[in-house]
Amino acid sequence: MSAPDTTPYTGTNGNGAAGVRMRGVNKAFGTNTVLRELDLDVDPGERVVIIGPSGSGKTTILRVIMTLERPDSGTIEVGGRQLYHQPAGDGLKPASEKHIRSVRSDIGMVFQHFNLFPHMTALENIMLAPVKVHGQSKEEARTNAFELLDKVGLAHAANQTPGQLSGGQKQRVAIARSLATKPKIMLFDEVTSALDPELVGEVLNVLRDIAEEGKTTMMLVTHEMGFAREVADRLVMFDHGQVLESGPPADVLDNPREARTQEFLGAVREH
Amino acid sequence: MTTAFDANQVQPPKPWYRRGDVLTVLIAFALGYAFLLFGVDESTRFRTRLNPDPDLTFDWMYFWHMVPLMWRGLLATVKATVYGFTIAIFLGLVFALLRRSKLRPVSWPTAFVIEFIRSTPILVQLYFLHALIRTWDWYSPATITILAIGLGIHYATYCSEAYRAGINSVDKGQWEASTALNLGPVSKWTKVILPQAIPNVLPALGNYLVAAMKDAPLGIAVNATGILFFANAIRGGDFRAVEPYMLMGVGFLIASLPAAWLVRRLERKITYERT
Ligand SMILES: Nc1ncnc2c1ncn2[C@@H]1O[C@H](COP(=O)(O)OP(=O)(O)OP(=O)(O)O)[C@@H](O)[C@H]1O
Ligand SMILES: [Mg+2]
Repeated sequence: MSAPDTTPYTGTNGNGAAGVRMRGVNKAFGTNTVLRELDLDVDPGERVVIIGPSGSGKTTILRVIMTLERPDSGTIEVGGRQLYHQPAGDGLKPASEKHIRSVRSDIGMVFQHFNLFPHMTALENIMLAPVKVHGQSKEEARTNAFELLDKVGLAHAANQTPGQLSGGQKQRVAIARSLATKPKIMLFDEVTSALDPELVGEVLNVLRDIAEEGKTTMMLVTHEMGFAREVADRLVMFDHGQVLESGPPADVLDNPREARTQEFLGAVREH
Repeated sequence: MTTAFDANQVQPPKPWYRRGDVLTVLIAFALGYAFLLFGVDESTRFRTRLNPDPDLTFDWMYFWHMVPLMWRGLLATVKATVYGFTIAIFLGLVFALLRRSKLRPVSWPTAFVIEFIRSTPILVQLYFLHALIRTWDWYSPATITILAIGLGIHYATYCSEAYRAGINSVDKGQWEASTALNLGPVSKWTKVILPQAIPNVLPALGNYLVAAMKDAPLGIAVNATGILFFANAIRGGDFRAVEPYMLMGVGFLIASLPAAWLVRRLERKITYERT
C-alpha cells in the first residue's frame, strides 16, 4: 500500500514540525533487500508508530532518514526539502554534504542504546550540539540544558556522567540531548527495549510529554503496543521492507486487515 | 516535571585547565621541555681529567669521575627522544587521520608511506636523513635535532597505527550520535572521538616512548652527541671501555625507570577515571 501523491502535505506545520515524504526508496545490504520501493508519508506534527517483525527494516527506515544509511535509490523529502538531492535545473542532482547537513539539522534521533558521550556529564552531553552546531552561547545552552533536564526529571543529575546513571536515566538524558537542537522531526528507535522493565515507564512518560507538546513530528519504532495505541495518530505495520497496512492504532490493533499483521500482533501479545 | 532546581546550586565541574592535578602535570612538562631546550650542552667534547688505573679492569674512581660527562650525554639523548616523540605524537595523529580519509588519492599514499617507513630500519633512515639534510644549504641543524627528526618520523608511523586502533575502538554509536546531532567534522573529532580514543592509545604510546628511548643511541649514525657518543669518545680518548659502557647502562636505567613508572601511573589513572 502506498499513499497517493495527492495527500495533503506541507513542509512544516504552524508549530514548526516537519513532514516526511519518501518515494520509491530502496536499500539493500549486499543481496539482502531491506527497503523495497518504499513510499511513506508522515504529516507535519503527526505521531507515527512503526511496528513489524524483526528484520523487516524498521530501524533502516529511521536510519535512512537520519542519513546514517544512504538509500540506493528513491527520494526523501523532510520539511519540504529534498534530503539526498538538490535542485539542478529542472531536475534533481545528488546533494552536497553541505546540503545534507542543512536538512539534517531538522532531524533528531534517539537510539536504543542511548549513545551518550561517556566522557561528558549529562549537562555537557546536552550542551554540545547547541554550542558547537547552533552557535548558542555557553550560558544560553547551559540554561536550556538545565530546563530540558528538569523536564525529563533529571535536574539533580546534571553533573553526573552516563556511567553513574541508570538505563532509564541515560535514555532520558539522550532524549533531552536530542530535544536541545529543537528538531522538527524526531526518530525513536526502540528507545525502551534495552531497559529493565521497571525503567520503561519513566521513559514512556517523557515521550508522552513530547507528544502532548506537539512541537515536533515523531516517528517511533516500538514494541510497546499499549503506548502505541495511546500516543500514535497512525500505526504503520511494516513487513519485508514495505508498508503492509497503516491506519489509526485502534483499527490496526483490533481489526487488522492483513493476515501477516494478525500473526505478528498475536506473537507480540503472547509474551 | 516537578523537581525545582537552581542552576547555580549545581556546581559544574571545573574545566580541565583549572584542575590542580592536570595543571601540576602540565607545569612539570613545560619546565621539563624548557630545561631540555635551554639546559642541555650538546658539545662534542667528552674528555676525562683523570687517568684510569691501568692495573684495574674496573676503576671505581674513574667510574665516578665520568658521571657528569655521562649525565651530559644522557640529557642530550633524552632531549632527542622527548622532542622526537613530541613530533611522533602529532605527526602520528596526522598520519592516522590522512589514512582514514575517504579520498583515495590521500589515503593510499599515506598508507604506503607509513608501511614503507615502518618496514625499513631506523638506522638506515637516520643515515639517509643525515645525508639528505647535509645537501641543504638553508638548514643545518644540530646532530641532536637530526636525531629528533629521525625518531619523530619513524615513531610517527607506529603512533599512527596505535591511533588507528584507538579510533576503531570507539563505539559505532558515538559516530552515529555525532551525525544525529549534526556535529561538524572538527567538533566530532575533537569533542567526541579523540577524547575517547586517546585514553585507549596512551598505554601504547607510552611503550613506544620507552622504545624510542632505547633506539636513541642509534643517533650515533648522525654523530648525535648523546650517551653513546660519550662512551665512544671515552673509549677513543682513554682506551677504556668497561667503565663508560657500564655507566651508559646505569644512565639508561635512570632515564627509563621514571618513564616506565609514569606510563604505568598514567594507565592506572585512566582506567580509574573511566570506571
Ligand atoms: N549495516 C548493515 N549491514 C548489513 N545488514 C544490515 C545492516 N543493517 C541492517 N541489516 C539487515 O537489514 C535487515 C533489516 O534490519 P533492520 O535493523 O532495519 O530491522 P528491524 O525491523 O529494525 O528489526 P529489529 O526489530 O530486529 O530491530 C536485517 O536483515 C538486518 O540484518
Ligand atoms: Mg531495529
